[in-house]
Amino acid sequence: MSGAVTVGVYRPGETLLHRLPVGVKLAALALFSLSVVLVRSMPASWVWLGLALLAALVARTDLATLLRAARMILVLALVVSAFQWWIDGPAKAVETLVDLLALALAAIVLSSTTSVNAMLDAIVRWVGPLRRVGVDPERVALTFSMAIGALPGTVTLALETRDAARARGLGGHPRAYVTPFVVRVVARAHETGDALHARGLGDD
Amino acid sequence: MPLIELDAAGVAVATPDGDRVLLEPTTLTLTEHRVAVVGANGSGKSTLARMLNGLVAPTTGAVRVDGLDVAKQGSAVRRKVAFSFTDPAAQLVMPTCVEDIELSLRRRERRAGRRRELALAVLERYGLVDKADVSVHSLSGGQRQLLALAGVLATDPDVLVADEPTTLLDLANTRRVGDLLLGLEQQLVLVTHDLDLARRCDRVLVVEDARVVHDGAADAAVAAYEASVLG
Repeated sequence: MSGAVTVGVYRPGETLLHRLPVGVKLAALALFSLSVVLVRSMPASWVWLGLALLAALVARTDLATLLRAARMILVLALVVSAFQWWIDGPAKAVETLVDLLALALAAIVLSSTTSVNAMLDAIVRWVGPLRRVGVDPERVALTFSMAIGALPGTVTLALETRDAARARGLGGHPRAYVTPFVVRVVARAHETGDALHARGLGDD
Repeated sequence: MPLIELDAAGVAVATPDGDRVLLEPTTLTLTEHRVAVVGANGSGKSTLARMLNGLVAPTTGAVRVDGLDVAKQGSAVRRKVAFSFTDPAAQLVMPTCVEDIELSLRRRERRAGRRRELALAVLERYGLVDKADVSVHSLSGGQRQLLALAGVLATDPDVLVADEPTTLLDLANTRRVGDLLLGLEQQLVLVTHDLDLARRCDRVLVVEDARVVHDGAADAAVAAYEASVLG
């Protein structure tokens, strides 16, 4: 059991950002993301990063969580920025890097201040009107939660499979690892389906 | 106690080499408070257990719980009959403990605040309240099985079917989970390899080669099972 994704990001708290309604937070994140993407200037990028850090400060997001999130996005951002450096030069590359960091931090602040169930309740409320055209809001919400929950579970399976391959001295070859991993993921999906079925979730 | 009836209920699956029988047509009426099912790996115990809440549909005959047919009225049956699995990792679907319990309570309680209170009360009852906001992946095996049981019991079922709930647990947790299960008010159908646990039930079914070969009081049935294995 290791790595960034296996641990839930949500930290309960009483800060302003914890108490804001989910809809307001999601709308703010959407607006923020749109602004970051649309406004193309270097000074603005630093402002976005500053705002994201300010939000993290207000939410008292712990440093370790922020660093983990930053590290994950940094790998991706560096690749993209290197590419931009090559196409558009250094200024553009730095702007992209800072923008991506700001977006990642803003997203992590939302996840650390909003429990998955609060998010699900909001989704159920918003999808509610679609009930008339045959959409089941509870089922939509359940799908979202499954997608969120599947990530740490799959990482754990990947680590277990890798260890099993190593224990048999098959560590080096991807085939020794990928095939059983896929089989186990599918098996786990069946088990989870059975468990949901047994709990009567998605029955009505 | 609810009434569980198997009416010549059997399961067979088609394979390239012809039909393979997982469970021969079986007729049983279960009304006891605690019923254990014991037998070798692959004998058909799990198939029998899974039929009781419609996870596996009988291919012949019928299974009824309080008169409800599990194949035709599956969703009503599953509201009465909860099911717990050997590996709790597969059935915990939410990120934190309290959220997983809340998921079970969604149908019963629409208001989020009240639902959380109920979920915390459930965790309290199972001694997990200090883990409420902890990731389900960071729990120990014993705590995870307790949480999984709390999750299925939170819906207030009439029957709990538990498929080898203690197989992955150490001695202390086996005892803890066993005491919890045998102390339930609900009717319990317990599939297990733990013969001490089976002996504490009111009735024991021994399954061998896809059929129930012994059915009776706990001590006699467990003795018959031991004799069949040890020769």
